[in-house]
Amino acid sequence: MKPVFSPPTPGKPRLTTSAMIASIAAEGQATKPAPFGHALVALAEGRPDIVGMTADLSKYTDLHIFAKAYPDRFYQMGMAEQILFGAASGLASEGFTPFATTYAVFASRRAYDFIHQTIAEEDRDVKIVCALPGLTSGYGPSHQAAEDLALFRAMPNMVVVDPCDALDTEQATAAIAAHKGPAYMRLLRGNVPLVLDAYDYRFELGKAKLLREGREVLVIASGILTMRALEAAKLLEADKIGVAVLHCPTIKPLDVATIEAEARRSGRLVVVAENHTEIGGLGEAVARHLMMAGVHPTFRHIALPDAFMAAGALPTLHDRYGISAEAISASIKGWLG
Amino acid sequence: MADRPNTSLADRAYRIRRNAVLMGEVQGQGYIAQALDIADVLSVAYFHAMTYRPEDPDWEGRDRFLLSNGHYAIALYAALIEAGVIPEEELESYGTDDSRLPMSGMAQYTPGMEMSGGSLGIGLSIAVGKCLGLKRKGSPSFVYTLFSDGELDEGSVWEAIMAAAHHKLDNLIAIVDINNMQADGPSTQMMGFEPLVPKLEAFGWYAQRVDGNDIEAVREAFDRARQHPLPQPRMIVADTLMGKGVPFLETRDKSHFIRIEAHEWQLALAALDAGRNA
Repeated sequence: MKPVFSPPTPGKPRLTTSAMIASIAAEGQATKPAPFGHALVALAEGRPDIVGMTADLSKYTDLHIFAKAYPDRFYQMGMAEQILFGAASGLASEGFTPFATTYAVFASRRAYDFIHQTIAEEDRDVKIVCALPGLTSGYGPSHQAAEDLALFRAMPNMVVVDPCDALDTEQATAAIAAHKGPAYMRLLRGNVPLVLDAYDYRFELGKAKLLREGREVLVIASGILTMRALEAAKLLEADKIGVAVLHCPTIKPLDVATIEAEARRSGRLVVVAENHTEIGGLGEAVARHLMMAGVHPTFRHIALPDAFMAAGALPTLHDRYGISAEAISASIKGWLG
Repeated sequence: MADRPNTSLADRAYRIRRNAVLMGEVQGQGYIAQALDIADVLSVAYFHAMTYRPEDPDWEGRDRFLLSNGHYAIALYAALIEAGVIPEEELESYGTDDSRLPMSGMAQYTPGMEMSGGSLGIGLSIAVGKCLGLKRKGSPSFVYTLFSDGELDEGSVWEAIMAAAHHKLDNLIAIVDINNMQADGPSTQMMGFEPLVPKLEAFGWYAQRVDGNDIEAVREAFDRARQHPLPQPRMIVADTLMGKGVPFLETRDKSHFIRIEAHEWQLALAALDAGRNA
């Protein structure tokens, strides 16, 4: 997919790319500041084994909050992801539980072998927490981690978590800390939308949770696409289309029992929605399981394209690649015919 | 280490070489030339420098030894057998199905194997983390790590070299085996890394260069590394001779993986014995 350019039209302002550190929250949306950073500080009080490490991105991963609270338990490893994860493995082998942060692109792409060999293969208790997952940066492919879930799903021993909002992030942080073994968590940082407090919801590692019922459509989603699916479901209410939303924040191990039970309920269109390339993420994981289980609903997939995506403003890009609430609701309406 | 307390370091090195050759014979192959070149370093590490309990390889008070170049596992197993960490009977299982002694060293397989090596260039990074962890615990233990000259080509090694100096890891003693041979040919021709000692010094390390097959020189280098007073990591640059101790291998055309004919294993053992008695 080649980038498409168009010259500016006089008098017609265009959206501009937001700063790397900008919030993904929509204007006026309820948010909570730095849920991961604050959750980690709270946990660390009773867990002296927890240490924080980063590769020159503490401020951009909310780890600076931990660094300020526990300066002697914070390790700055410089802008070098291989030593970050290798050293995290070493610290874990001495009984510590490192939370190592960077951007998702650098953990999944640059440091993959280090994570594979020193953390996953050695089964070290390292928590890899990475900002800018999927399409949450307008800086182009260098910062868009469209394939992180596929890469980490493929790695034996690795638990993979994709939280939806601030509440999910706080609770998932505690859950991966309690889990013994390697874990990869996608990180939403800064002022993070707060959505799930309106639902009877609690994060449990390895569990999918039904957030709302609906008769016509079942959306199985993770990460910010759960938030978008909830918004889309509200939009579709106006057209009397009932959309159930099953939030599946643990990508691995996948809660196949709940997914299968929901998908078996007859007559509903099943849609998987994820902030990830269409290859190798939640959609393919769900499809594989349903196929193996002999459950064959009409199945659709909302995901990022198998392409290097454009630079630009996130709202523009989310519309363009079909993951805004409006785009999701339009897709579902189209599929229902 | 408890048994044969009066055995000389040279004798230990002989036994390490002998164990390695016996393992090579089991497999009919192996990185035997590397095992022979590094035996003297391992003798000094395991029978002079390091503190450990053979019967309790995970003892918290031990010095750690990280084998980054996983294909040298044959050499480390040979040393661990001599040290009493691995039973001698297990020697003949080297590289066989379901053995605790796989061809490339792995952390979850073998007592005394602290890391999974083989993906070259990662050992020093893990060592940095272990050193940070030991310091957090207030432990006086050292972390020793062995890697090969070819690994100097990997950028990650230099990330770790910078990090070790930055974090003032005076509990880190790294040994780089300069046998000047990697997969595609002589290491210095694959990617120039010399002059290594001045480079390491410029990176903030206490670096020494020794003949890695001169046991007394190696022993002194380990002593200096442990006793060095400044808060900086320590590197021993050990020049070694592939095949050391078996003259017909020392002079054989060098390659990363030296082929040995079936009848030559016994000849190699005989050569080791001859060298010992000379």
